[in-house]
Amino acid sequence: MKRVYVREEWCLGCHLCEYNCAFSNSGQDDMVKALKDKDIRPRIHVEDRADGVHFAVSCRHCGDALCLKSCIAGAISKRDGVVCIDRDKCVGCYTCVLVCPYGALRPSGDGPMEKCQLCLDSAAGEPACVRGCPNRAIVFEEKEGA
Amino acid sequence: MGYVIIGNSAAAIGCVEGIRRVDKEGEITLIASEKHHTYSRPLISYLLEGKTDLERMKYRPDSFYRDMGVDARLGVTVTALCPRERKVVCENGEEIPYDKLLVATGSAPFVPEIPGLERVEGKFTFLSLADAQALEAALTPESRVFILGAGLIGLKCAEGIAGRVKSVEIADLAPQILPSILDERAARRVQNHLERQGLRFHLGDTAARFEKGRAFLKSGGTVDFDILVVAVGVRPNVSLVKDAGGQAARGIVTDDTGLTTLPDVYAAGDCCESVDLTTGERRVLALLPNAYLQGECAGKNMAGLPARFDQAVAMNAMGLFGLHLITAGSCRGEALVQEDGGAYKAFFVEDGLLKGYILVGDCLENAGVYTALIRERTPLSTVDFGLLRERPQFLAFSREKRREMFA
Amino acid sequence: MEWIYPEFEVIRDRDRCIACRVCERQCANEVHRYDPETKKMTADESKCVSCHRCVALCPTRALKIVKSGHTFRENANWSRQSMEEIYRQAGSGGVLLSSMGNPKEYPVYWDKLLLNASQVTNPPIDPLREPMETKTFLGKKPTRVRRDEQGRIVPGLPPQLELSTPILFSAMSYGSISYNAHQSLAQAASELGIFYNTGEGGLHRDFYQYGANTIVQVASGRFGVHKDYLNAGAAIEIKMGQGAKPGIGGHLPGAKITGDVSRTRMIPAGTDAISPAPHHDIYSIEDLRQLVYSLKEATNYQKPVIVKIAAVHNVAAIASGIARSGADVIAIDGFRGGTGAAPTRIRDNVGIPIELALAAVDQRLREEGIRNEVSLLVGGSIRSSADLLKAILLGADGAYIGTAALLALGCHLCRSCHSGRCNWGIATQRPDLVKRLNPEVGAKRLVNLVTAWTHELKEMMGGMGINSIEAARGNRLMLRGVGLTDAELRVLGVKHAGE
Repeated sequence: MKRVYVREEWCLGCHLCEYNCAFSNSGQDDMVKALKDKDIRPRIHVEDRADGVHFAVSCRHCGDALCLKSCIAGAISKRDGVVCIDRDKCVGCYTCVLVCPYGALRPSGDGPMEKCQLCLDSAAGEPACVRGCPNRAIVFEEKEGA
Repeated sequence: MGYVIIGNSAAAIGCVEGIRRVDKEGEITLIASEKHHTYSRPLISYLLEGKTDLERMKYRPDSFYRDMGVDARLGVTVTALCPRERKVVCENGEEIPYDKLLVATGSAPFVPEIPGLERVEGKFTFLSLADAQALEAALTPESRVFILGAGLIGLKCAEGIAGRVKSVEIADLAPQILPSILDERAARRVQNHLERQGLRFHLGDTAARFEKGRAFLKSGGTVDFDILVVAVGVRPNVSLVKDAGGQAARGIVTDDTGLTTLPDVYAAGDCCESVDLTTGERRVLALLPNAYLQGECAGKNMAGLPARFDQAVAMNAMGLFGLHLITAGSCRGEALVQEDGGAYKAFFVEDGLLKGYILVGDCLENAGVYTALIRERTPLSTVDFGLLRERPQFLAFSREKRREMFA
Repeated sequence: MEWIYPEFEVIRDRDRCIACRVCERQCANEVHRYDPETKKMTADESKCVSCHRCVALCPTRALKIVKSGHTFRENANWSRQSMEEIYRQAGSGGVLLSSMGNPKEYPVYWDKLLLNASQVTNPPIDPLREPMETKTFLGKKPTRVRRDEQGRIVPGLPPQLELSTPILFSAMSYGSISYNAHQSLAQAASELGIFYNTGEGGLHRDFYQYGANTIVQVASGRFGVHKDYLNAGAAIEIKMGQGAKPGIGGHLPGAKITGDVSRTRMIPAGTDAISPAPHHDIYSIEDLRQLVYSLKEATNYQKPVIVKIAAVHNVAAIASGIARSGADVIAIDGFRGGTGAAPTRIRDNVGIPIELALAAVDQRLREEGIRNEVSLLVGGSIRSSADLLKAILLGADGAYIGTAALLALGCHLCRSCHSGRCNWGIATQRPDLVKRLNPEVGAKRLVNLVTAWTHELKEMMGGMGINSIEAARGNRLMLRGVGLTDAELRVLGVKHAGE
């Protein structure tokens, strides 16, 4: 299956992916309306170091997803390989946060956890972080053995 | 191949999913004494609190048994296991043969012997949906509730009902709350928060005897109550295996594939023991993620795919009245503690490995990074642990490790 | 006295700005700043060079850069630029530096030449249905076929460069542009079956793998020149002059001579790389011939040698000499040609338009019967496939594109290459900026550009009923001039439209 991969050597630390992610998952059709004067809660996060190291991290959609197996509410499932969380079922217990080695799940601010779902519900073919990356530091690819 | 699974919670479901990863054809029969569709046990407190409902607390969708090709016999109790005949016997007399069997019988609340306890009316335990529903039926806005046990179950129960009753008092023999997962300082912090919510604690204390509606504490005090919840602990349901000649200590003994000492009989979940990765000791790790993983591993092995579950780590995530905490591993070795207004962090390091941690409050983000350090026994010399202690971040790993993870 | 009002204004639509700070993070000139107190972005416009990096990356299109409306009292003679340059020089006492090509309002002859198309009597060709050849060979062409006693053809064709389409990427040195820019050019040339040119900075070891599509340059500073280097490429170019700065040598400031650049150039890090104005061993065509043959000797006569000159006043006579020096290809660089740094006065005032130089050289070589002795390459602002085709019709075998290639890589012609802070990762050696040009992206865009031009070229050629570059070359009947004087038409060798 196609997954999001990040290529650290090309990440500029521009953080556009975070904004594109937040917009894509906002349900709004205008970025300004969606993000202006708001604290964004993206599902991809860029880490920066002063010496120029930058990279983005987001859900790996693990084949053997620990979050899915550990969810006490059965709220996490796979849809065509994409690890998805059911906001209705999630009780916000943080067990997924506890087990995910990639920091892929975060509180949504209103109880349930949220995570990257590869823009399944909003994008045309490609996740917003990938589409908006100016330097192809985030790619959406099929990889052998992954 | 005929698979039989006794149980219908996380370990049993894990087993079904484990089997079906390997074997799409074999017949699976699932037998459970509870009549409900598989549901999430830890959610019963959320049910009482109104944060979920019977529909949403289903652990898998309604179509699960059908989709997975499972013949689910719900509301049927297995009374005996006959390993030589490779069959189980149900209370209605029916005998069900198996090629591979999983025992995922879970645990039962432990009710200690305290004088007068047997005569207490309005006495409840808090483990199953039935327990929760019985308790709920008894709650009134005027109820004074007394909970024995300030562990995970007792406190979650308290949270679940606090808004619906007049008062909640909690006693525990241990000098702190959550003794099995928190250190003293973290416990104090959480306790302060709970007391601000109106809970009252009697720690290092317990009920010495009961009279109608009144508990006499060892310390001499008394607690008047309308409802008593006994949440001092659970005992693994080992009898089925034990009676059939299988080895059981505190829990059913299995190897790391999930196989018991009986041929073709596997066990998983709260009824059995695991080897704690951080200590190497055998113990019952009655935790949902652990149960699922054990069940899944057993399922794969039952279907013929070699798998091992050797990464059992105690871990808990819970919220109590809006205060969240995460713990994992054990409190062994040197304790590195950081505390400020919003957050409490303690790390336990031994032999250059992270053995455990406790996070309380505003510092939970990405905690799984720490858990992975424990689970994978990552030598701390290979990461920037100073940076990690500030907050979990991938800058603390080498470029190569990051490439492995994300590229 | 020192204060000069900023040339540009940053217009930020406050209603659209979401303060994502991408402008701040991406501006190496530190124009944008986030004020945490007001949670708003601010700008210091005096630092803005109008490179449009922020404009391009702003996700809500909240930014635009406009020319500052600030004005002096109107004066047709003393422009704002002239006045401000005087203020600058009065302050600094120094030579003004500029980058990229001559931006002044001189005539662009490409825009005064029109192409022909077939009607009725000689049908046009549809390139989608019929073969259309853009393949071109550069090198000396024999004038006749030689056979031995048995009648077999005697081989001995001088070395040729085979191009899938008559486009090459101009000489741009590693140092003046970044590693990633070089890699983009090399990869694209390789994928396209064309050539890129190392410029005078040597060839990074990593790029030897693209040798079959590389032209290695030997300039007056001889930076990075050694035997392996000469043999690494498919051809060698001797740079006598450059369109952007005829009469002077290159100058790469020490700040850009960092690690790999210094190793590749074989000069100490941090020292200015100053190429002499002349080659100190060349004072005549005979001297040039010696260098041409030295290079041929060093490469076993396997590689064509190109001699590149700037288009200057008596370019035709010079080209004639070069054709006789043994060179295989002459490259002529017009006065619009780009550069990473040049004295402003030279860039803006020295040299002649490439269109006129090309026409004059082609004409002269034909008249002298030596046009087949050399191929002709032109550069110095080929902006489109139409310019390219017009060049071919004027007699060129192919064209170098430099500025167009850089534009494809992201350059917005802010003309601040000399600052070393190229926000597009092209004309810089700062690792954080170099990183901004992912060669995977860059190469793809170059391939796209050349592919698109080739399509257009075929379409225009087909329209005039010509199905190969060979048949188009020097076919000036396919050109007509508009609004040109008799003298211009004469030099160009084309008729006026309507004639």
